[in-house]
Amino acid sequence: MARYTKPAEGSWTEHYPELGTDLVSYQDSISEEFYKLEVEAIFKRAWLQVGRLEEIPRSGSYFTKEIKVAGTSIIVVRDGEDVRAFHNICRHRGNRLMWNEDPRGEISGNARMFTCKYHGWGFGIDGSCVNIQQEDEFFDIKKGELGLVPVHCDVWAGFIFVNFANEPSQSLRDFLGPMILGMEGYPFEKMTDKYGFRTEVGANWKIFSDAFQEFYHAPWVHGTQHLPPVTAQIREMGYEAPHYQVESPHALVTTAGSVHRIWEMPAELVKPSDIATKSGLFGPWEGTDLGELPAGINPGGIEPWGLSSFQFFPNFAILIWEAGWYNTHQFWPTSHNSLVFEGNVYCTPSTTATERVGRESAAVTFKEYSLQDANTLEATQMGIEAGVIDSWPLNDQEVLVRHFHKAVADWVKQYQGEHDGVSAS
Amino acid sequence: MTMVPDEFQELEPFAERWALATERERWDQRLGSTMDELQAFYDVMLPRCTDAMAYCDKFPLNDMPEQPVNLLRMIYSFVLISFAVELWRQPAVPDTGATSYDRVSEPQP
Repeated sequence: MARYTKPAEGSWTEHYPELGTDLVSYQDSISEEFYKLEVEAIFKRAWLQVGRLEEIPRSGSYFTKEIKVAGTSIIVVRDGEDVRAFHNICRHRGNRLMWNEDPRGEISGNARMFTCKYHGWGFGIDGSCVNIQQEDEFFDIKKGELGLVPVHCDVWAGFIFVNFANEPSQSLRDFLGPMILGMEGYPFEKMTDKYGFRTEVGANWKIFSDAFQEFYHAPWVHGTQHLPPVTAQIREMGYEAPHYQVESPHALVTTAGSVHRIWEMPAELVKPSDIATKSGLFGPWEGTDLGELPAGINPGGIEPWGLSSFQFFPNFAILIWEAGWYNTHQFWPTSHNSLVFEGNVYCTPSTTATERVGRESAAVTFKEYSLQDANTLEATQMGIEAGVIDSWPLNDQEVLVRHFHKAVADWVKQYQGEHDGVSAS
Repeated sequence: MTMVPDEFQELEPFAERWALATERERWDQRLGSTMDELQAFYDVMLPRCTDAMAYCDKFPLNDMPEQPVNLLRMIYSFVLISFAVELWRQPAVPDTGATSYDRVSEPQP
């Protein structure tokens, strides 16, 4: 018996009839051929989130980011009010332009110009070539045509996005669409205390992302984050979300506040350290009052509301929590069966030690459950790669997994349609 | 001068080991400890944690003297090891093998 009302069609899945209810293949997650298509069809055509405006606060502030799936490293730089992105490549002999000690490592800082370590060529923060060492030794050199190669770059709600297409087919706002734009007004810019995490995992980027598209796994993978009686109860009840929303290629799942309110549980069922710090699994009990949030944060109008997980196609998610903090997940494929997993927890700057401890709790919990996910998903990748089974059931709480693989397939199909003769074998 | 304030002298024997500035150091310390060591630290921190937070609250977070900063860092360590002691009964998260998830940035203190 469902705890929450489902759409009139009887299920969330059937509410979106284009998704079907059939068994699903994950051939898309074990094929090197298909991965090559995804690179071209998705990662070189979709808008990709690469960082926050607060990371480049002043004109000249910059960071580099290697985006292996696009085969390049970029420089993202603030130029006055503008944010620009360039391929991190010197126009002279192809040296990676900005790096320090290790050319594979990232670098950030403040620059008036970017100077190449190889022969000293210099580029302004607007990308223009401003200095050529021994310029008169060259032949017919046209400095004005030797600026850094730009990458399309735009900013939404303080999130910096890039697009590797020659000409993106949609503006960033058109790509994001009304459901994502409905988050506008959430005070992202005030949440400048950041706890950042990173790791590499041996799983396909979609298989990994799938675990962040649903909470059906939470009672089993994460149920042990409670004391044993609660674990048993959670597993007995299972998980249901009160609201799902698909606005392809993006999607949303909301959870109810009731499951997060640890402080409403009998004390003997709460970890003693949570009582001592008045914080824990879902962040500080006291919460941070961010004022009235935009209605688009909780588009299902769920009360009590607990969490909204916005899934940005293709590889980014923002999770907004009732307790007044948010986190992000990002999945950067490095091959058909490996990825770099980045996560950040963002809060307003702590004003007291007690507040800071509450946020520390949230960040610590975030790591404990992310570790549980990461190892489980290497195991999933192995199981699928065995190739013994190629059709898998998905239930109604996994509707966004079903949608995600379809959205990827749709983008690949569209790309193939535009490029005759390109096919996945 | 002791590492932690006089009011918290029972924590002093643990300060050198647990008043660590970064999560990476605290995580390494957790994984490098026996359960007996984690339990001993947990047992001394649990009854004093609320008092210690109240003590630290008397100082501005961005200009805190050394002793309360050490105390605060010990509270972070307590939060970090609480999972190992209260739930996992082992230093590492169960079933996570060689998987890591490194904290690469964090506010200070």
